[in-house]
Amino acid sequence: MTTATASTPAATAGAVLEVAAAGSWHPVCPPSALVVGRGVAALLPDGSQIALFADRAGHTYAIANRDPFTGAEVLSRGLLGSADGRAFVASPLLKQRFELATGRCLDDDEVSVPVYPVRTVTAAHHSAK
Amino acid sequence: MSTPETIVLVGHGMVGQRFLEALADHGVTRRARVIVLCEEPRPAYDRVKLTSYFSGATPEELTLADEDFMSRHGIETHLGDAAATLDRTARTVTTLSGSRFHYDTLVLATGSYPFVPPVPGRDSEGCFVYRTIEDLLAIESYAQTARTGAVVGGGLLGLEAAGALQGLGLDTHVVEFSPRLMSIQVDEGGGAALRRKIEGMGIQVHTGVGGQEVIAGEDGRVRSLLLSDGSKVATDLVIFSAGIRPRDQLAREAGLTTGERGGIVIDERCRTSDPNTFAIGECAKAVDGMVYGLVAPGYEMAETAAAAIADSLGGEVGRPGFTGADTSTKLKLLGVDVASFGDALGTADGALDVLYSDSRAGVYKKLVVSPDGALLGGVLVGDAEAYGTLRALTGSVPPVPPESLVLPAGMGAPAALGPTALPDEAVICSCHNVQKGAVRAAVTEHECTDLPSVKKCTRAGTGCGSCVKVLGQLMDAELEAGGIAVDKGLCGCFSHTRAELYEIVRTLRLTTFAEILDSQGRPEARQGDGCEICKPALASVLASLAPALGSGGHVLDGEQAALQDTNDHHLANLQRNGSYSVVPRVPGGEITPAKLIVIGEVARDFGLYTKITGGQRIDMFGARVDQLPAIWARLVDAGFESGHAYGKSLRTVKSCVGQTWCRYGVQDSVRMAISLELRYRGLRAPHKLKSAVSGCARECAEAMGKDFGVIATASGWNLYVGGNGGATPRHADLLAQDLSDAELVRLIDRFLMFYIRTADRLERTSTWLERIDGGLAHVRDVVVHDSLGLCDELEELMAAHVEGYRDEWAATLEDPERLQRFVSFVNAPGAPDPSVRFVAEREQIKPDLTLLSGPDIPVRTLEGTSSR
Ligand code: SRM
Ligand SMILES: Cc1cc2nc3c(=O)[nH]c(=O)nc-3n(C[C@H](O)[C@H](O)[C@H](O)COP(=O)(O)OP(=O)(O)OC[C@H]3O[C@@H](n4cnc5c(N)ncnc54)[C@H](O)[C@@H]3O)c2cc1C
Ligand code: SF4
Ligand code: FES
Repeated sequence: MTTATASTPAATAGAVLEVAAAGSWHPVCPPSALVVGRGVAALLPDGSQIALFADRAGHTYAIANRDPFTGAEVLSRGLLGSADGRAFVASPLLKQRFELATGRCLDDDEVSVPVYPVRTVTAAHHSAK
Repeated sequence: MSTPETIVLVGHGMVGQRFLEALADHGVTRRARVIVLCEEPRPAYDRVKLTSYFSGATPEELTLADEDFMSRHGIETHLGDAAATLDRTARTVTTLSGSRFHYDTLVLATGSYPFVPPVPGRDSEGCFVYRTIEDLLAIESYAQTARTGAVVGGGLLGLEAAGALQGLGLDTHVVEFSPRLMSIQVDEGGGAALRRKIEGMGIQVHTGVGGQEVIAGEDGRVRSLLLSDGSKVATDLVIFSAGIRPRDQLAREAGLTTGERGGIVIDERCRTSDPNTFAIGECAKAVDGMVYGLVAPGYEMAETAAAAIADSLGGEVGRPGFTGADTSTKLKLLGVDVASFGDALGTADGALDVLYSDSRAGVYKKLVVSPDGALLGGVLVGDAEAYGTLRALTGSVPPVPPESLVLPAGMGAPAALGPTALPDEAVICSCHNVQKGAVRAAVTEHECTDLPSVKKCTRAGTGCGSCVKVLGQLMDAELEAGGIAVDKGLCGCFSHTRAELYEIVRTLRLTTFAEILDSQGRPEARQGDGCEICKPALASVLASLAPALGSGGHVLDGEQAALQDTNDHHLANLQRNGSYSVVPRVPGGEITPAKLIVIGEVARDFGLYTKITGGQRIDMFGARVDQLPAIWARLVDAGFESGHAYGKSLRTVKSCVGQTWCRYGVQDSVRMAISLELRYRGLRAPHKLKSAVSGCARECAEAMGKDFGVIATASGWNLYVGGNGGATPRHADLLAQDLSDAELVRLIDRFLMFYIRTADRLERTSTWLERIDGGLAHVRDVVVHDSLGLCDELEELMAAHVEGYRDEWAATLEDPERLQRFVSFVNAPGAPDPSVRFVAEREQIKPDLTLLSGPDIPVRTLEGTSSR
């Protein structure tokens, strides 16, 4: 079995999504790996998990994958929705909603999840990093 | 300064409390001093709902006087102190504890006491009556050391007590002196049907015999009950429920007139023979010579007396007197429907009977009709569905022939008679004497838009509860008629209901969620992403219609994939630690040894936890998302299919072993269950669908608890619909009887498609059936009698579904693109999720939850987390 470290996918398409964590940008996957309205999970080099989403308007978001209500690493498997034009994900376990841009829980003011900056870079830029 | 008038109320029971409320309403409590003497250690509570204590209601929940009612109205209460003597000349009452109170007006509301026949041994330890909360507490604690219980008396209360004993886990007997149960309310035929029902619950019934002696052991505790025919019932506990007697002793000793057989004689305004003294409730004997043992007449007396007192103090309430009341009843005993109303025994001159009886199904219905066709009363046993409507129609000529009101499905004309057909004067709630007009006014004038507010406003439905269903129907009809806009919209994105969206999608032939949202959504939601409510709901609508619209239906295809709840998305059920469970279909619960072995091998090889489910199949837990395809490859190879445990779709069709093996079986229930499961597998619906087929009326497959249940008869199949287990169990209703195989399938096809078309999101058939206009009768009209001319279309939709069915897992395994979704991490496809770990328990695995509880927030359980 492969060990749990992140590897850059063989990106033939040229573009790569990068996520900023612990002070540096990490390449994760090509934008095409995201289905609009659904999430995917990814591993960061330190072993922590993030959830990546794309909405209909073309925005990409990254938040921690861990559902703070249950402790399970499942937010990437929630359903994406929007209210008042702001995208959220509903946890697949107990359905609490988290705003993707801020990580704020819409159903409990005291809870939030970490958010991570995301950017799309072309292959040229990437290799020039 | 003149001292204010003093009113003393003796007895703080249901009627006494109602009297105080009426006094307060008339403003009397502001002008007069009101003193209440209450024998019981607690203020008034709901005696009618006494038995609900055993199903979890606390004494506090049964209380009738809200906390500050007494103090708000300045009423003095003396708890736990009974009135002992009355001095009418001095106008004083003296209590047991020796306090003395002067009164100007005295009101007696002392209720009744349970009659205990003078049999030897009746004081033994373990003998009880069933009247107060204290009685129930004593019975409950004694029952802990008892195995068997006997109730002396098979009337309404006796049966309720028997139900309670059975609920406490005792083997229960009922002994009734007269030849039938509930002899006051039901006639002979009804009594026979009732007896079968009660016996069917496992309670042993002895009729035509009296309890003759209670035999105790040397320790003074009950051992057995000797019956009048010489037989003996071994029992550890006896409850006497042999009738009630008015508590008129205080009045009698003070020289007030009482009836020969008890009861304080009162006039139309509830005055006793002493003009300063009133009597109300069960202790009173009304002008019609009756001593009423029900709460509704008592409430009327309370209102009457309060009005009379208010008037005598200068008020102008001017309420008509109390001359008699309705004695309709509906038994609240779990699982048995019994109702009697009006002149149930047909005592009026020239009364005629309309009778329907089916002893096999335990249904007995009788209507008493006058020669001019007016409904006088009736008895319903085994199916009291029509009680609310019939009771309210009593006294008038029903708008349809009485026969049609009692006939079951498929026989004669269907009775399409909802509560909307009733006149405004019809009494909807007899506990609180609320007329239909008042319920309508609650909606139209007092702006009540939901059931709780209608109840609060009118009081209807807050007594025995038997009218709540009719109440809801009336409220809905009124809301609709008034065009009152209640936002019935599916969610923040759509103002349409699920049923409306189904029609829109079907007629406009829309095939994608984006198309629907952008053209039909609320303006502010268009171009957005939808939400977690409408996405799966519309995914289900699209999937149900896909075969008919020819739009290809695999749930993982294209945009569809993004709409599904995570369970549908991964074709498995998400568990609390992020792992999944796997449930292969086992049609009808029948499985070969070879397939059992495959399940065992797969579970062993992948280290899964296995459990037999409540749905007659096997669940394998603890699979990581990336393991699902490999697990299913093995299962599909061995001939298994997806069990759709994840979808809002057909779950299982349970079966009993049936005629093939069982000595009682009359049809091959296993064959039928398998063929139904294979026909409807994969059918997407507003909520999950469950079914079962039993081989005979013993019902081992529990078909009556299913969305559609089938029970074999000697000549075919009976089809029941709208059953439910879960949080709000409901017994299914009989839709049609003695069907052939083909007729059965055709009716189920139509029923399911009609449900899918008209139900709300996450609405099981049970709630749907209760909600839709006209209820069961309407559904029967549509699917049996084709009243909307829809049946051909419904059948075609189902034919398209059957035709288009493909196993979702087999299809997924063949498609590399779909398989790509089954990875834990997009950037480490081969890596297992390190947070999904297990520890051992009872030789299997369970989720390692300590791994999940991070430093910040402790793991919360399902129970502890509120859901929206
Ligand atoms: C596995 C099983 C319990 C078991 O170990 O036996 C089970 C497990 C769950 N039930 Fe159930 N139910 C199971 C039989 C039942 C039964 C018994 C039956 O079907 O005869 C009932 C009562 C019958 C009925 O539905 O009317 C039942 C009534 C419910 C309900 C309440 C439904 C209702 O209308 O009130 C829910 C909640 C819901 O669906 O909203 C529920 C929901 C669930 C969920 C899906 C809760 C969830 O969302 O996680 C559980 C999924 C477990 C999983 O991941 O696999 N389950 N559940 C049973 C699976 C049967 C099967 O083979 O498919
Ligand atoms: C298990 C059960 C189920 C029932 N189900 C139904 C039903 O479904 N439908 C229905 O219509 N009716 C039902 N009833 C009957 C209903 O409860 C009574 O009709 C109603 O309680 C009568 O009210 P009441 O105030 O006249 O008497 P009670 O509620 O009995 O109140 C009388 C009170 O007066 C007190 N009292 C008596 N003497 C004195 C005294 N000297 N001094 C001070 N206090 C005194 C008593 O302790 C008691 O608290 C049921 C009764 C029982 C026990
Ligand atoms: S329902 Fe009837 S046929 Fe089926 S197992 Fe039970 S007793 Fe036998
Ligand atoms: S009839 Fe009893 S609550 Fe309405």
